[in-house]
Amino acid sequence: MQHKIIDVEDVVIRFAGDSGDGMQLTGTLFADSSALFGNDISTFPDYPAEIRAPQGTVSGVSGFQVHFGSVEINTPGDFCDVLVAMNPAALRANAKWAKPTATIILDEDAFDEKNIIKAGFKTMNPIEELKIEDRNIVVSPITTLTKESLKDSGLDTKAIIRCKNMFTLGMCFFMFNREMKHTFEYLEKKFKKKPQLIDTNKKVLTDGFNYASNIHAIPNTYVVQPAHQEKGTYRNINGNQATAWGLLAASEKSGVPLFCGSYPITPATAILEELAIHKSLGAKTLQCEDEIAGICTSIGAAFAGNFAVTTTSGPGLSLKSEALGLAMITELPLVVVDVQRSGPSTGIPTKTEQTDLNQALYGRNGECPIMVMAAHSPSDCFEKAFYAGKFAMEHMMPVILLTEGFLGNGSEPWRIPSMKDLPQINPPFIKECEGKFKPFERDPETFVRKWAVPGTPGLEHRVGGLEKNPDGVISSDPQNHEQMVRNRAEKVARVADVIPELKVQGDQQGEVLVVGWGGTFGHLYTAVKELRKEGKSVSLAHFDYINPLPKNTAEVFSKFKKIIVCELNSGQFAAYLRDKHQQFNYYQLNKVQGQPFIVKDVVDAVNEIL
Amino acid sequence: MGGDKMKYTAQDFKSNQEVRWCPGCGDHSVLASLQRALPSVAEELDYSIERFVFVSGIGCSSRLPYYMNTYGFHSIHGRATAISTGMKVANPTLSIWQATGDGDALAIGGNHFIHAIRRNIDINIVLFNNRIYGLTKGQYSPTSPLGKITKTSPYGTVEHPFNPGCLVMGARGTFFARSLDSELKLNQEIFLASAKHDGCSVTEMLVNCVIYNDGSHKDISDKEVRADRTIVLRHGEKMIFGKDNDKGLILENGKLKVVKIGENGITEDDILVHDAHTKELGIHSQLVDMKYPDFPVALGVIRDVADKTYDDNVRDQLLEVKANAKINCVDDLLRSGSTWEVK
Repeated sequence: MQHKIIDVEDVVIRFAGDSGDGMQLTGTLFADSSALFGNDISTFPDYPAEIRAPQGTVSGVSGFQVHFGSVEINTPGDFCDVLVAMNPAALRANAKWAKPTATIILDEDAFDEKNIIKAGFKTMNPIEELKIEDRNIVVSPITTLTKESLKDSGLDTKAIIRCKNMFTLGMCFFMFNREMKHTFEYLEKKFKKKPQLIDTNKKVLTDGFNYASNIHAIPNTYVVQPAHQEKGTYRNINGNQATAWGLLAASEKSGVPLFCGSYPITPATAILEELAIHKSLGAKTLQCEDEIAGICTSIGAAFAGNFAVTTTSGPGLSLKSEALGLAMITELPLVVVDVQRSGPSTGIPTKTEQTDLNQALYGRNGECPIMVMAAHSPSDCFEKAFYAGKFAMEHMMPVILLTEGFLGNGSEPWRIPSMKDLPQINPPFIKECEGKFKPFERDPETFVRKWAVPGTPGLEHRVGGLEKNPDGVISSDPQNHEQMVRNRAEKVARVADVIPELKVQGDQQGEVLVVGWGGTFGHLYTAVKELRKEGKSVSLAHFDYINPLPKNTAEVFSKFKKIIVCELNSGQFAAYLRDKHQQFNYYQLNKVQGQPFIVKDVVDAVNEIL
Repeated sequence: MGGDKMKYTAQDFKSNQEVRWCPGCGDHSVLASLQRALPSVAEELDYSIERFVFVSGIGCSSRLPYYMNTYGFHSIHGRATAISTGMKVANPTLSIWQATGDGDALAIGGNHFIHAIRRNIDINIVLFNNRIYGLTKGQYSPTSPLGKITKTSPYGTVEHPFNPGCLVMGARGTFFARSLDSELKLNQEIFLASAKHDGCSVTEMLVNCVIYNDGSHKDISDKEVRADRTIVLRHGEKMIFGKDNDKGLILENGKLKVVKIGENGITEDDILVHDAHTKELGIHSQLVDMKYPDFPVALGVIRDVADKTYDDNVRDQLLEVKANAKINCVDDLLRSGSTWEVK
């Protein structure tokens, strides 16, 4: 058979196996080497909540999807060109994501009777049963080959079998004419203390590569050229890491030390872990006894003059509600990061959703408006975390930053910014004043109060959860209360004067405006691009700022005949827009499956109203 | 002010806000004790007034920060300990004092309370224990005695109370003291010791609630019986008590026992000497658990043990990591690890 090398624009690979098969690592290594090669990429880890779910079952399947291309890549891809399925359950769970033209690589050794039954197949022929016979199916005895490859390694059988993901990775590197240099470097670093494992992993990787080149089951290999990216230094980054770094950047730009009180919760924990590493940048992290202590230690730190942060996911935000009200009424700066996951209650903790918007906007007692913003891609988490810090400190208020599991765990190449290009952060510290310090005296323009830090002579004052008058004295006077409620709300509303205006992607007027917020950006953007290619009059307005909304929102909306609000919940943002801008009619596209949008579904939904 | 040594009086620590506790409430005397103790604290530790912060949760006693002319934070129910913890870690130079009640610290805030003690964070917790919920008008608290009749236990409670001292011992706390609201002198002595103690200090103040639990401590606090039913412990001093200083504590088979000096051949030499500084929990645990009528209730500084504080450990680790760090600014961080150039 003639071996052909074909140039393609973009490819989606999905690695799927048991949750102990190392699929997340395999996917990450493939993604990183693609990024280093210069492709644009987007990744999507899709894993079960259990660390080791029952082996061989569909519920225990862990997947990692990588989309890489020589063109701009905005989503991890709906359907895959290559599916790697390490066992029958992985095939059963993922066959539906394989394109009609897909290559499917299977580990023959795992397709025994026991595993086929465990995966829930009715017959002993899963390929026929799934009706995927027409795909290019590569059946390889991966486990056997891995054992053969490492028979002289000195490792025990269990350890050898664990290397089969590297064999598979080697096969994929061959398919896409990829160098293994980066992965070799990774192995050298990871196993520095166990040199034996460096050599064994390199060997099995190379054997997988060579095996793929020798068998003729893979007729064509592909080349995905580097993407045309803007000049600069790049790195691959996931959303949780970017969030942590954005917070550190805000600390550095303001000169205010970072304090993060937090409690581990999926999928937000990685932010706390990342901050905990960077003590050299002065970051203090406190892993608390519970979510409430997470926010309360942060509020204490804010009062004491630190840039305070707490990180959580939906259920944790529920626990923090009362304390958020305290941060709001005491008018202390605080960033609350909510990496949203599927709910309600524990829900599906490892799956993504946008269902905490209502909670972020309204989930507190009393009149308690809080600034809410959202990140729209993994790398955008950096900028949004930075600005959340800037607004919290400069406006003396809590800010909720919504990200999503999809963003937190997903990664993409990122052009590294320079700190000198980020704006200054100037918190309204006060060192002295004439007469007695009045803690709730406001700037007439922004309604912002001053930040008087304990330890500053002469500015002794008391704050607290009880309503106060502007002098800081407890007051239950009816008029004062209403005025204070209005002032605090006005302070949040006036942030609209400093946030960026809403931008429209595509024509500034037309038939349909697709509206989204947060992590759906990539899918909506890709859908709108496809529709526009077909000549449809469709544009996109994606919101990063939710409370307050950008000032030009109504003006943007008014230029389109139809507006469709797309979000991964039952219509929370649509309801909010109906409340804020009642003059428009809003169509909706909603999905609450713990999964991101599929581009095609968005395209179809828009076509339906066009 | 700056580096000049300030001389303060109790008056300097009084705010201009009207004190709104009920007349006769035990909280008044604790407030007075604090305001009298702090000038000595400031002088001995060389603190100026702006370094003091009073933090509280919710409840009658939690109103205290408004009455102090210092920085203050009146927070939400149960969370004062967490707020104090964050404050101290953020700014270790502050002298943080926390006013909290038996409901605030031991019911809704129980979790934060034990963890602050476990971490040995350097804050001074003053636990106003009146064994009742006062601000919500008379429901039983985690320290109400078994069988206590209140509005929410009209037939008597069916649950055992906490002894705050036992919780402190259980969490291997480094400082525990106990006193009565009316013991102004002893209170000042304790507050000074608490301030000097590096680590989490818990002082249980047995206070009277005149409205909802009047006389809850009267078995031991009444003037006529106090000397016989309480013992004031001081490090290095004999554990002697009683109106006539004729009773004491000895150890028999590993257990504390009350003896009368001069009876059964007991002399003053047989009486135990209080060692507040020992790390061992044994005797301290027995001392905090002594109850009338079998024992006198222990007052004074029962445990005061030197140990590294959480805030010190945080600072030391930060300095250590900084000294060996390759990443010294965010630009370093952004460029760390695998990167590539697009030209």
